[in-house]
Amino acid sequence: MSTEGGGARRGAPEGASGAEAAEPALDARIAVDRGRFRLDARITAGPGEVVALLGPNGAGKSTALRALAGLQPLSAGRVLLEGRDITADPVERRPIGVVFQDYLLFGHMSALENVAFGPRCRGAGRAEARAAAAALLADMGLEAYAHTRPRRLSGGQAQRVALARALAVRPRLLLLDEPLAALDAHTRVEVRAGLGRRLHDFGGAAVLVTHDPLEAMVLADRVTVLEGGGVVQEGPPAEVARFPRTDYVARLVGLNLYRGVRHGTSIEVDPGEGGAAGGARIEAASPGGGRVFAAFPPRAVALYREEPVGTPRNVWRLRVEGVERFGDQVRVRLGGELPLSADITPAALAELSPSPGAEVWASVKATEVECYPA
Amino acid sequence: MAAGAPGRRTAAAVRRGRTPWALLVPALIGLAFLVLPFAGLLIRTPWGDLLPLLSSAEVRGALWLSLGTATAATAVSLLFGVPLAWLIARTEFPGRRAVRALVTVPLVIPPVVGGVALLLVLGRSGLLGRHLYEWTGFSLPFTTAAVVVAQVFVAMPFLVISVEGALRGADRRYEEAAATLGASRWTAFRRVTLPMAAPGVVAGAVLAWARALGEFGATITFAGNFPGTTQTMPLAVYLAMQESPEQAVVLSLVLLLVSLAVLVALRDRWVGTP
Repeated sequence: MSTEGGGARRGAPEGASGAEAAEPALDARIAVDRGRFRLDARITAGPGEVVALLGPNGAGKSTALRALAGLQPLSAGRVLLEGRDITADPVERRPIGVVFQDYLLFGHMSALENVAFGPRCRGAGRAEARAAAAALLADMGLEAYAHTRPRRLSGGQAQRVALARALAVRPRLLLLDEPLAALDAHTRVEVRAGLGRRLHDFGGAAVLVTHDPLEAMVLADRVTVLEGGGVVQEGPPAEVARFPRTDYVARLVGLNLYRGVRHGTSIEVDPGEGGAAGGARIEAASPGGGRVFAAFPPRAVALYREEPVGTPRNVWRLRVEGVERFGDQVRVRLGGELPLSADITPAALAELSPSPGAEVWASVKATEVECYPA
Repeated sequence: MAAGAPGRRTAAAVRRGRTPWALLVPALIGLAFLVLPFAGLLIRTPWGDLLPLLSSAEVRGALWLSLGTATAATAVSLLFGVPLAWLIARTEFPGRRAVRALVTVPLVIPPVVGGVALLLVLGRSGLLGRHLYEWTGFSLPFTTAAVVVAQVFVAMPFLVISVEGALRGADRRYEEAAATLGASRWTAFRRVTLPMAAPGVVAGAVLAWARALGEFGATITFAGNFPGTTQTMPLAVYLAMQESPEQAVVLSLVLLLVSLAVLVALRDRWVGTP
């Protein structure tokens, strides 16, 4: 189900160049039928734009990337790259560079030979290909490792060689499959910064597959969220983070999210939303109408043993279901008429001293509730 | 590991325990059975007459013929066997499994039967050999080329099986990576797949070479036993056994040493044994 959701934003972003793109560099509709799994998604990227495909495992992100590369046959759809239809082009003739998840550097070749492989295959002379490869490796700060075999490279170095190898064929579209997943947490931060810089300098469109929201937020100009084989949300990272449209995205960006109907400033939450009983209400600051999403961050929730006085607009009597550490805060999971997560300080928790299953009062200021059309 | 063992201690104790007799005795008998014949060979070798016997034209002729034909057979096996292994390992076509089974047939049939079959196809009045003879006046059987053909027939399956295993074990995603870099399937095979499968190819070639060197049944049936043209070492050994057993011992020793030398030379580099 290709989602043409009402609120999903599409088109060129306000890139660094400031130029509104007349047409996207990449305009693809890919449908892949694989038994019980069906992927049907429209993926676009403006010139110079980095698009992150974000989604849980099994959402079809990697399949989508393989389809763009031509490694996965389409059952329907087409791939337009800079106005040219490359749907029927075989992999080796697509102007596309791919950085694979485990890099897949050729173990029997040096770093230089790995990078020179692409230009050689595309008709460059031996000396020419090697010179181009050497220049790219130098750009990556790897000239000292030109003659090193991949297994002697560190994870971060291998990642850069893989990027250089993909860029060596001067692709018009760069595809990256979980480019940082193979790195340990410590190296990842550093390599991510370098990758971000190089993606920015690349100039062509880039599609990046990741399941890490932070990676998507930091590296991408636009985020396309895939779930169950379809696009469920699309937009600039800041917008996706602020206005999630599915429970998966809400969980990723750490918001309590509910669907419901707005009457004035009051939102009647749909029964069954996050396990909500019928009739739960959320008060927002501004009035409106129609079907909406209501979202508020866990840190906006305050918890009390006694019913709070001074009448905050949103007060629910809820049951404590679990408590876990969350950074320097404590995340309390609450069940009841409106299941939600609340982040409070350890001191506040000590004061509350809830036993499992204890009933507490939760309150949220109406001004903390984001309300946007569903 | 040990079923029901509660702790590490028990496992360690089990490992340190005695080797069970029920396994040790048959193992030693098996080892003796494999090693004793070689000991017998060494003991019975007429070390004093070794050089004159070795330098006889007949022995040298047989040795060079064997080395030459086995090497040629290995080369032919590589030329056709590697692509065949690729076809079986990397492509889908109807009857692929049947082809794979057919390739292994020469491994299990007696070589003599293989020789007879070769005669029926390639002999002067054989299915194909008849036409070959009519057109060119050339008859394959009982020539040095026939020796090579017989050896290829018995040795190539070893190579195909070994290379196919190596190709199957090689990660196909590397071929995909090569394709995204612009490599055709042929380039990807030549520059990525084959180098990655190289240990398997070399191991298969060594196996094929050793099998070709020792080939007897198919050779004597299809190529005959003519000194200088088709009499390889195994045939010479067999013939010498009838006339002068001493010479047979010397020839056997030479064959043994050549085989060992090849195995030792290649073992560390390619045929990695843990």
